[in-house]
Amino acid sequence: MIRLDGVGQVFDGREGRVTALEKIDLHVRGGEFVTLIGRSGCGKSTLLRLIAGLLPPTSGAVQVAGEPVTGPRRDVSFMFQRPALLPWRSVLSNVMLPVEIDKGTGDRGKAAYRDRAHQLLELVGLQGFERRLPHELSGGMQQRVSLCRSLIRDPQVMLMDEPFSALDALTRTELSEELQRIKMELSTTIVFVTHSIEEAVLLADRVVVLTPRPGRMREVVDIDIPRPRSLGQNAHLTEVAAISGQLHALLAEKESGEVRPVDEVRPR
Amino acid sequence: MTRRTMPRRTWLTDSPVAAVVLPIIGLAVAIGLWWGATIAFSIQPYLLPSPWDVVVKFFEQPGYLLQETGTSLLETIEGFLLAIVIGVPIALVIVRSVVLERLVYPLLLMVNSIPKVAIAPLLVIWMGFGQWPKVVMVLLMCFFPIVISTAQGMKSTPTELVELMRSLNASRAQEFFKLRLRYAMPQIFTGFKVAISLAVIGSVISEFVGATKGLGYVIQQSGASADTTLAFAAITLLSVMSIVLFYALVLLEHWLLPWAREKR
Repeated sequence: MIRLDGVGQVFDGREGRVTALEKIDLHVRGGEFVTLIGRSGCGKSTLLRLIAGLLPPTSGAVQVAGEPVTGPRRDVSFMFQRPALLPWRSVLSNVMLPVEIDKGTGDRGKAAYRDRAHQLLELVGLQGFERRLPHELSGGMQQRVSLCRSLIRDPQVMLMDEPFSALDALTRTELSEELQRIKMELSTTIVFVTHSIEEAVLLADRVVVLTPRPGRMREVVDIDIPRPRSLGQNAHLTEVAAISGQLHALLAEKESGEVRPVDEVRPR
Repeated sequence: MTRRTMPRRTWLTDSPVAAVVLPIIGLAVAIGLWWGATIAFSIQPYLLPSPWDVVVKFFEQPGYLLQETGTSLLETIEGFLLAIVIGVPIALVIVRSVVLERLVYPLLLMVNSIPKVAIAPLLVIWMGFGQWPKVVMVLLMCFFPIVISTAQGMKSTPTELVELMRSLNASRAQEFFKLRLRYAMPQIFTGFKVAISLAVIGSVISEFVGATKGLGYVIQQSGASADTTLAFAAITLLSVMSIVLFYALVLLEHWLLPWAREKR
């Protein structure tokens, strides 16, 4: 579904050229859930933007569904760290935004999408909140709306950039488990960026560990734990522990002295 | 959403009744002090008339004063609307192009820094004694805050929302109308609210020079005949006009941008 061949990305920063990504070769199969994990500044968000077509790669080729990526695609949706809801739109109208922007949808199509939006909102437990404005919702609820918005057009590929990292720990676990549940019902291919080992182990079929500066693929770890997985009371505690330990070791290894200022937690 | 420490909330901060009653109390106290001062120090009316004198003065010729108020109000609103029609597009253009911003910005600053009183006579020379020099004066007064706040608002769109629109393949027009302009509205309104008070001042200044109508003209005439009470009546009407116009904008904002209330 997604193919990256020798992808590299170089930025011209104020202090000269910065190689954000180097020699990335990755093939994500249809319906697969792949997690990109790494420290701050390892280029994982950049990688996601390359797949999304928000950024052209400096070198190498990016393909989605067998076609080279030249810009944002209709069947690829992007979910951000922050909910990115339009504050003047109701919950329902925020979920419908992608449909509204895409002028190709007729009235009948729109009605069908509206039904779908109600369905999705129900799926994440937000029925009854359709007419509320974003500021009336908690952070977790806002991110659920954002999730519905990225699902509204039944995307082939969903790209998620640390979508739960701005939430408190409990809400975060809740949403990860919800995403897992939703994923089990859909055939969507998901690439999910995180720096949480826990999230990666809970959600992924495969975890790609990236090294920082320049971002390179260090290791790809398969996770064969049967689903549904859960944090805490779990029948596969030993496997979870083993894989978590392995990921931890991979991330901790060969730490370069340079630590970039934490750009993961932007002020609200 | 914002988790700042808020001032303590009580009935006085939260109730809509208090929101109306408190300003009235403030006003009443101020008027009371004024009245008290005129009595306590037995100040002559030609120096400082009492509030009652002013009210009596108004009712001596209410028709005339209201008519002059109407004249000033019309100039104010015309100039204000013209400033919006010209100012907002200029701001939109400035935001789109760095080159234009650099070209135009010093000019705007220069025009804004000119004391408007200084060009009032010039406007009369250029445009005659009709209402045009008045409208243009109002326009000059409120143009700048509208341009600045609109430009600022257009630049304040959060990056993640811009990226969202890009990821949805939104056209430039969609990004503009569905995102940037909407997002800028609260700040544009802030500019309007600053501008409307300046607009009233502009209309008065312009009526000091080469005018035969309007509250500014009334004030100027009353000065010539030492009728301080009449001047006070006119000034009071001006204040009332200013306050009404301001709150009209506040209401309009409340109604048009209900989502922006929480952001304050």
